[in-house]
Amino acid sequence: MKGTTLFDKIWDSHVVKSIPDGPDVLFIERHYIHEVTSPQAFEGLRERGIKVFNPKRVIATPDHNIPTKNQHLPIKEELSRIQVETLKNNCEEFGITMYGLGHPLNGIVHVIGPELGLTQPGMTIVCGDSHTSTHGAFGSIAFGIGTSEVEMTLASQCIMQPKPKKMRINIEGELHKGVTSKDIILYIISKITTGGGTGYFIEFAGSAIRSLSMEARMTICNMSIEMGARGGMIAPDEKTFEYLKGRDFSPKGEQWEKALEYWKTLRTDDDAEFDKELTFDANDIEPMITYGTNPGMGEKIVGNIPALDEVEESSRTSFLKSLDYMGFQPGDKLEGKKIDYVFVGSCTNGRIEDLRMFANAVKGRKKADDVVAWIVPGSKKVEKQAIEEGINDILEEAGFELRQPGCSACLAMNEDKIPAGKYSVSTSNRNFEGRQGPGARTMLASPLTAAAAAITGKLTDPRNIL
Amino acid sequence: MPIDKFTTLTSTMIPLPIENVDTDQIIPARFLKATTKEGFGDNLFADWRYNKDGSPKEDFVLNKPEFQGSKVLVAGKNFGSGSSREHAAWAVHGYGLKAVVSSFFADIFKNNALNNGVLPVQVSEEFLQNIFAEIENNPKTEIEINLEKQTITLKSTGESESFDINSYKKDCMLNGFDDIDYLLNMKEEIVEFEKKLPNFTV
Repeated sequence: MKGTTLFDKIWDSHVVKSIPDGPDVLFIERHYIHEVTSPQAFEGLRERGIKVFNPKRVIATPDHNIPTKNQHLPIKEELSRIQVETLKNNCEEFGITMYGLGHPLNGIVHVIGPELGLTQPGMTIVCGDSHTSTHGAFGSIAFGIGTSEVEMTLASQCIMQPKPKKMRINIEGELHKGVTSKDIILYIISKITTGGGTGYFIEFAGSAIRSLSMEARMTICNMSIEMGARGGMIAPDEKTFEYLKGRDFSPKGEQWEKALEYWKTLRTDDDAEFDKELTFDANDIEPMITYGTNPGMGEKIVGNIPALDEVEESSRTSFLKSLDYMGFQPGDKLEGKKIDYVFVGSCTNGRIEDLRMFANAVKGRKKADDVVAWIVPGSKKVEKQAIEEGINDILEEAGFELRQPGCSACLAMNEDKIPAGKYSVSTSNRNFEGRQGPGARTMLASPLTAAAAAITGKLTDPRNIL
Repeated sequence: MPIDKFTTLTSTMIPLPIENVDTDQIIPARFLKATTKEGFGDNLFADWRYNKDGSPKEDFVLNKPEFQGSKVLVAGKNFGSGSSREHAAWAVHGYGLKAVVSSFFADIFKNNALNNGVLPVQVSEEFLQNIFAEIENNPKTEIEINLEKQTITLKSTGESESFDINSYKKDCMLNGFDDIDYLLNMKEEIVEFEKKLPNFTV
């Protein structure tokens, strides 16, 4: 018998029932919720007159629709305030733990899950947010769901999903200096497009992936949805266990030993087969930047936007529409393009290592005068640590300001919006039209590339400031 | 809660020959502040559909008189990529659309659409381009979607393709069932299942 993949092992052990020519009923161990995609689900429970199946498996945090300044004051915008209050009321009514605004454990849902040790290897994890794939970095099956599925999970702790196909993406070799995990994932998406992973669950493997820290791995898994994949995962190893040890909700004592024993079995067998397998050479990856309106439209920062004849004929209309929105021409050189805003944060790059990376790069330098920069920690814990480590002071000296945690300008639901026509170098995950505000022009990059842009006021190879 | 039943549908079509239409275009994030499912149809494709002052952009397809009342949206490949927001499906449904035709759909959007009684119909790229060409020739050209037979047919040319849907979801759509009813009936089985799972939590 052939071996099995890590994905199969976890998925199969959580199938309550398989429906012939239909979905599997999959048991969900951890359910994260936030204010934007949950209110209609709770309303559904009330209409049906049912309770939450197991409130202990659900953790709530407001993050999408909250201000990143003056969080101690009532939220000014009425609809946002109502949405956040609705989450609080729903959690109280249904007996769910919530880390509200200002709570020391509050933060972006995909930042707090791992940092609290709530996300563990071998788990099935869902959240009404596509970037739930982040948690796959721990060797769990984690993916985003819609609100109907949030309701399903609240009602039954299960969802109904057809089992996806399996893909493995190997990154082999050593990464160049100045190349981060954000560059790896932007590089992969630029190669396989935003639909290249659709229908698949991806395992990331290879020596370059193994060399990454847990936080860097989270950045990779976070953006697996941007290639259309159901989710991404990385087999747990010593780094995973080391990261989890002693966290608030990690197993303790004897339970830790038992957990460790189980977690160590979570790997793809050597003779397991994938539906698709791709291998990239780490040596080919350089610092990346996106120039268009989907995350697949990325290029090395020292490169050019593709010329029209390099684009597939059927895609040219969409390509030109995208460049028109961005105010760019086919073939344009990327380095040297003037930028207006820098956003560092989000569930992709809002962790302590990201802030450290940014701070180290801007240390002893000054922010360009005409650049507006928003540095937003991913959680209260990240914020606290940044202050304790003196990152806050470095940022202030260089002309930057650390704001309060939240999703912020990644999706611009709150007041952190990039104005129309302005260029933003952003460490977030999506450069869609209007994503950071109506008319905003987003270019996705690593915290290092964001630092280089913030200092020079233009797209700059981050290796020049190392 | 029962969803809309879908059996057969004959309708004119709204053409949107753009690839990679993401959920931020279908419903921009600033409209996600509601706590109910109502009203999203008014903001479907808001940034393409309205000027800053809220007046309709005349050249956007949803605002053209010949496409009013259509129940089928036809869009370029990789429709619905990006965010998991079900608000996108609520916006499509709220606008009055019953089906979306494309040569490729993003996974989460497809699930969300099905959970709201909107049928995603995946066709070949060639058929998709033929549909666009036919609408260009005659905006009143009609499409017939038959869920029971899993066929989609251009009325003007008779060109037809079959499309995939798993039999469970097909049954749900034909009868207006939703997944939650199914899961609630499995409650005891799920309770027993949970007891057997490894549990290391403190």
